[in-house]
Amino acid sequence: MLARRCDQAMLEITNLRVTLPTVRGPGAALRDVGFSLAPGRTLGLIGESGSGKSMLALALMGLLPTGARTSGSIRFKGQELLGAREADLCRLRGNRIGMVFQEPMTTLNPLHRVGDQVAEPLRLHQGMTQSAARAHASRLLDRVRLPDAAGTLRAYPHQLSGGQRQRVTIAMALACAPDLLIADEPTTALDVTTQREILALIKDLVRETGMALLMISHDLDAMSRVAEHVMVMYGGTVVESGPLASVFARLAHPYTRGLFAARPRWPHDRLGGRRQPLQTIPGRVPELADMPAGCPFSNRCAWTIQACLSQAPPVVDVGPAHGARCVRLTEPGFLR
Amino acid sequence: MSALARARRHPGFLAGALLVACLIGVAALSFVWTPYPTSEMDIPHKLAAASAAHWLGTDSLGRDIASLLIVGARNSIAVGIIAVGIGVSFGVGLGLLAAARRGAVEELIMRLSDFTFAFPALLSAIMLTAVYGPGLAISIVAIGIFNVPVFARITRAAALGVWSREYVLAARACGQGAWSISWHHVLPNILPVLIVQATIQFAVAILAEAALSYLGLGTQPPQPSWGRMLNEAQQMLFQAPWLAIYPGVAIALAVLGLNLMGDGLRDLLDPRLSRQR
Amino acid sequence: MRMSVFVLKRFAAFLATLVAASVVIFAVQGVLPGNAAEVMLGTSATPEAVAAMSSQLGLDRPAPARYLSWVRGLMAGDLGRSVSYDTPISSLIRERLAVSAPLAAMAMLLTTGIALSLGLYAASRHPHAADVGIMALSQLGIAIPSFWFAILLILAFSVKLQWLPAGGFAGWDDGPWQGLRSLILPAVALAVVQSAILTRITRSAVLDVLREDFVRTARAKGLNRHQVLWRHALRNALVPVVTVMGLQFANLLTGTVVVENVFSLPGVGRLVFQAIANRDMLVVQDVVMLLAAAVILINFAVDLVSVLIDPRLALSAR
Repeated sequence: MLARRCDQAMLEITNLRVTLPTVRGPGAALRDVGFSLAPGRTLGLIGESGSGKSMLALALMGLLPTGARTSGSIRFKGQELLGAREADLCRLRGNRIGMVFQEPMTTLNPLHRVGDQVAEPLRLHQGMTQSAARAHASRLLDRVRLPDAAGTLRAYPHQLSGGQRQRVTIAMALACAPDLLIADEPTTALDVTTQREILALIKDLVRETGMALLMISHDLDAMSRVAEHVMVMYGGTVVESGPLASVFARLAHPYTRGLFAARPRWPHDRLGGRRQPLQTIPGRVPELADMPAGCPFSNRCAWTIQACLSQAPPVVDVGPAHGARCVRLTEPGFLR
Repeated sequence: MSALARARRHPGFLAGALLVACLIGVAALSFVWTPYPTSEMDIPHKLAAASAAHWLGTDSLGRDIASLLIVGARNSIAVGIIAVGIGVSFGVGLGLLAAARRGAVEELIMRLSDFTFAFPALLSAIMLTAVYGPGLAISIVAIGIFNVPVFARITRAAALGVWSREYVLAARACGQGAWSISWHHVLPNILPVLIVQATIQFAVAILAEAALSYLGLGTQPPQPSWGRMLNEAQQMLFQAPWLAIYPGVAIALAVLGLNLMGDGLRDLLDPRLSRQR
Repeated sequence: MRMSVFVLKRFAAFLATLVAASVVIFAVQGVLPGNAAEVMLGTSATPEAVAAMSSQLGLDRPAPARYLSWVRGLMAGDLGRSVSYDTPISSLIRERLAVSAPLAAMAMLLTTGIALSLGLYAASRHPHAADVGIMALSQLGIAIPSFWFAILLILAFSVKLQWLPAGGFAGWDDGPWQGLRSLILPAVALAVVQSAILTRITRSAVLDVLREDFVRTARAKGLNRHQVLWRHALRNALVPVVTVMGLQFANLLTGTVVVENVFSLPGVGRLVFQAIANRDMLVVQDVVMLLAAAVILINFAVDLVSVLIDPRLALSAR
């Protein structure tokens, strides 16, 4: 679908569909998602809860909840991941594909020392001895800019702060020098100053290692610091995709427009004299089983027309390598 | 879905409730009718197997097993109610007090509770019977004593959860006293937890009384008791093995029913509680 | 708090509980001091003879003094003399422990083995048939009185199949197997009921752990399900399991007392009942103290082991 033209795509997703069992029947968590990612590139996935962004990450890792049905294709370096054998997926996880999760406070095993947890993928995938793995782990902790690597190795997770634990998680994900790093809301649970540091760290690591990065976040500011190319997700589909600068400037899709409008703009209120009320997108993300036919955003969009309700909107080009799924974009002059 | 509708769909709860209803029904029946009077001995027909005259056979004194079982149900229920009643009356009060007062009072109550756990019902019963002689009353007291810390702990834990809620803080800010809050706010909210625990403890009480009666420390003859029937059955094991089956099945069914009902209630009253099992 | 402070505090609590238990046991038993003398002399004895015997036995001293001398005796290993057996109680208990201790140990081993494996297996197979089946079995196991199950075992293995003895203890003198033969059925009877409870706890603890975030992290690192279960889930699930095992020890002791009576095993449990029948109060007092002390000790040990497994517990302790 919204594929970027690349020479050798490391990750290529086509027509990915994930259906989850819900209380009221099966619901599509992901519909017709497709994109590709070349080595060394960073792709950002923007969306709020319920957009399917975390499902996408789990689908990539093969860690979807039991009962999930998938169709389509996920090719990683030419290997098909959907329906692959568990043993093959285990060989990729933590090894060629690393993942950083959202909650640093609960991501680490509280009863294992930090050093052992960072060394675990090394011993598992590269067969290192305990001492070699520990030495390597120490270097990794240095790399993620943790001050006291030796002390941290021996520590238990509850002895570290949230920011420190997130650095440890990043070190763990990078241990085997993966080709792809998936970061699912890596800074959401941290305070603002720590967020900036972690994002800078991630950016530097990507540059140093040349790995590809798939960053998932609802935080537009965080995204702007890291991603080159973004995809906006809503209701399980990609509604807009393009280079970050272009997407943030043009705000082609009504949902993207709504997202940007909903950010609190503090200085302008004060300077403007009149307080601006916080803008919201009316309504809520529908439940999986209640997704409207046609465009998933149709029941909340201010510009819905009849055509939006009947069929899934086509991709409309709004710029170089920049497209959005909105039927109204075909109308000249609709875009601001 | 209404509570009743959910209850109807829960197989464990239904099975348990059915068994418990049977138990209560049988015990109630015993006041009105039994196939034979339990005191009637029929020596010529002793140790008879099941027949049309005696549905489950007779014991070593010719007494009808079915009648003994039916009257024994009365015994088990009485033990359950009184022992749990003791536990609830004192335990819930202590637990509420601990949660309301905090500090030294709470510490004291909790230490006493922990201490009482070192004396299981049987141990307490042994001590008490050594001094006061065996009997149903003593065993009920021993079982009841052990129920107190169980309910104290669970009440305190649940009550603490309610005390930290917003509307309680609001009530305190309005000057409502601790006892008033405990009675009007805390107690109604922890009732589900207590009901579930009471059901479980009822089952525990029945098992404990059966063990004590088996050992001769509980219900004394001529009052029928399932536990004591098993003791007598063991002596006749080679001649009349079936005697050992029926009382045990009765106990197992009663306890199973109560446990199933308790687990079902836990699921129905608050599904989140089932995680804490 | 630091680990050493935690251990000291717990040890102090352990001692305090022991002392409190001894006071309670003494208080309950010491209500009727005259009985020992009456028992020895028989019901036809004159009140003067009873009084004389009482003072000879030291029964007319005030309660605190009697309590202290009892405690001093306990600590020195002198538990007094049994009036009905006319032997030192300590040697009586030692004899009986030769039966009860192996029985309890066998039952504990069986229980742990069965419960940990079944609980882990049920959790790994949740929510499929094997899990449901194991849960149903455990419900039955909880509902069955252990002494009834013991009787059923006797019925099956002694009466019908005649493989194992229906009661009594052959003694250790003819070699360990003879003694063990008498303990197999009792241990199984005990283990079945205890393991039913522990299986449910283990399964529940493992399921809770499997829901935690760090399990997801472990899988994201490339560990397969088997490795996740053994390296991450099991250790974290052990803390609640070990705690319950400690609490269950009291149940195990209770069960041992009952089961010994079912099989007429000459253990500590039988001793207590015979002593009650003989109105041999000092024996009852000593044995109850022993049993209570065992429970309190085990709970103390469980506290320590829990902190070893999960160092965070020491931090949050009061």
